[in-house]
Amino acid sequence: MSVEAPVTPELERSARKAESRRGFRIGLPAFVYLGLLFALPLVLVFVYSFASRSATGQTELRDFNLNSYERLLDPLVIEIFVRSFVLALVTTAICLLVSYPFAYYIATRGPTLRNVLLVLVMIPFWSNFLVRTYAWRVLLGTDGVVSQISQALGGGEIRVLFTSSAVLIGLVYGFLPFMVLPLYAAIERLDWSLVEAARDLYANGWTAFRKVTLPLSMPGVVAGSILVFIPSLGAYVTPAILGGARTVLLGDYIVSQFLAARNWPFGSALSFAVMFVMLLATVFYFRMGAKTL
Amino acid sequence: MADAAVELIGVRKVFDDETVAVDSLDLTIEDGEFFSLLGPSGCGKTTTLRMIAGFEYPTEGSVRIHGAEMGLMPPNERPVNTVFQSYALFPHMTVFDNVAFGLEMRKVAKTDVEARVRRVLDQVQLSKRADARPSQLSGGMQQRVALARALVNEPEVLLLDEPLGALDLKLRQNMQYELKDLQSRVGITFIYVTHDQEEALTMSDRIGVMSEGRLLQVGDSHEIYERPTSRYVADFIGDINLVDAEVAGPGSARLSNGVQVSIPRGHPASGSIALALRPERLAIHRQGEAVPPGRNHMPARITRRTYFGDVYYYDVDAGLPSVLDVKEENRPEIGTHDVDDQVVVSWSVEAANLVSE
Repeated sequence: MSVEAPVTPELERSARKAESRRGFRIGLPAFVYLGLLFALPLVLVFVYSFASRSATGQTELRDFNLNSYERLLDPLVIEIFVRSFVLALVTTAICLLVSYPFAYYIATRGPTLRNVLLVLVMIPFWSNFLVRTYAWRVLLGTDGVVSQISQALGGGEIRVLFTSSAVLIGLVYGFLPFMVLPLYAAIERLDWSLVEAARDLYANGWTAFRKVTLPLSMPGVVAGSILVFIPSLGAYVTPAILGGARTVLLGDYIVSQFLAARNWPFGSALSFAVMFVMLLATVFYFRMGAKTL
Repeated sequence: MADAAVELIGVRKVFDDETVAVDSLDLTIEDGEFFSLLGPSGCGKTTTLRMIAGFEYPTEGSVRIHGAEMGLMPPNERPVNTVFQSYALFPHMTVFDNVAFGLEMRKVAKTDVEARVRRVLDQVQLSKRADARPSQLSGGMQQRVALARALVNEPEVLLLDEPLGALDLKLRQNMQYELKDLQSRVGITFIYVTHDQEEALTMSDRIGVMSEGRLLQVGDSHEIYERPTSRYVADFIGDINLVDAEVAGPGSARLSNGVQVSIPRGHPASGSIALALRPERLAIHRQGEAVPPGRNHMPARITRRTYFGDVYYYDVDAGLPSVLDVKEENRPEIGTHDVDDQVVVSWSVEAANLVSE
């Protein structure tokens, strides 16, 4: 562009517009990718959720109706919803309680030990999630290690596999790093002179934690909770492998609608209902986080 | 006699079993004193302050506050409060809650808390901003909140860790006077850590100069500036000319340029000494001009003149290993000298100060 003329408001505006066009061009590949492979399918699912079914169970894209959404109020569906919601909540709570002290410990170590511990947290990601979940099946089975140890110690056989406890164990195991890492990041960047100031102003160690460290690490608590709660709510692999048939959760229920029941409209409606709950949870969490800062 | 506000006896602090931050420190700070610990960064002054506050425990020695041994007592049980370098205001609390924090921790009655916080906020002229968050305040205001938060607890000793470091020059100078006034008003012992010699000189009743973990000299501003006992202190505080000499007899020494000068009493009988001469205590005379009696003098040549507005700085070559700095006021009756002028440089015998290594 020539720069021989003095700048006028018009020239300045067009230069700014050119700048933002360049920004858009840089983001274009990502826009196309997400639009084509994420937004468009989502729109399709949304359309299908209003579709009707023929007598033979074929999905027909006509006679759009709200039948699928009405079926969400079916007591059986609500029970699955509540069970999944509670399980996701309990998973999040356990992850938080286990992770906070650990994240605090990592964040307050020297740089070398800190890095070693962080790598240890991430090591599970190096192997396939499916494989790791199957490993739990071996551990938790009636002839698995856990049960064998119990029997060797004179206790009875332990039946964990195919119960909601097994799903809970699997979910906590799988999502723990997603809680540890944001918590670590939040605690690590804490200004420790604030804790010293609290101690200087007569707070004992526990009070200083309650009044300063915890409120200031809230962003990490919120981020970690979202990262654990949302995938827990929609989890499919863990409940499918560890839960068995008696503890149907949202994830496998949706899959069964698409595959076994071949009820695409209802499966789509379920998916959107889950996304709506996730959206509400996210907004709620962010509100909480915003209030503390 | 009442116990001293703070006593440090044989205090030593070693980090990670290898870095000696503070070594064999003995220091007594009297009640109601404005005491400054002055030194470059890494000299151990902040570590010393943190040991009094309780954020660090000494490796060895005794830390006493009003006679009570504090060595390993946690900070919340010590009758001291700190103003932090970065202020360390709680970002998630209002100004009021920040200031009320210490009182609430000590379970002071709600109505008393309210009254005391209001009063101290009044004192630092921030009563109108009680409901603001620290991030909404300017640096100077944050500084005053930090001060109010500590003072509201009426501590026996107030510790200040370079509290003016983050402020710009004008504000810093104003705060120096305010702090000094405040200290004489409330009568609390202030221990003030700074690397800024001007701050220390203008505010303190006494100054302790530290270097490499050791306390080199303790004295009032006048003593520290006029009578430094070591090369280091002479050099660290203000500008100084250090001139090496050999003792030539009682009251007399020979400089390396062969000039024989008179020196003040109290010098060793023989051997090497160093004369510390402040630039403003040297005078430049035109050639042929009479030098007043009682002054040492020697011929010299001006090699550089620098204009500072209120003063001129001259570099003067008198045949010594390094040039002498001479500072003269910018007043018409004194006149100026030009580069390459042949002159005579002189100083009063008593103005020279003998320093050890």
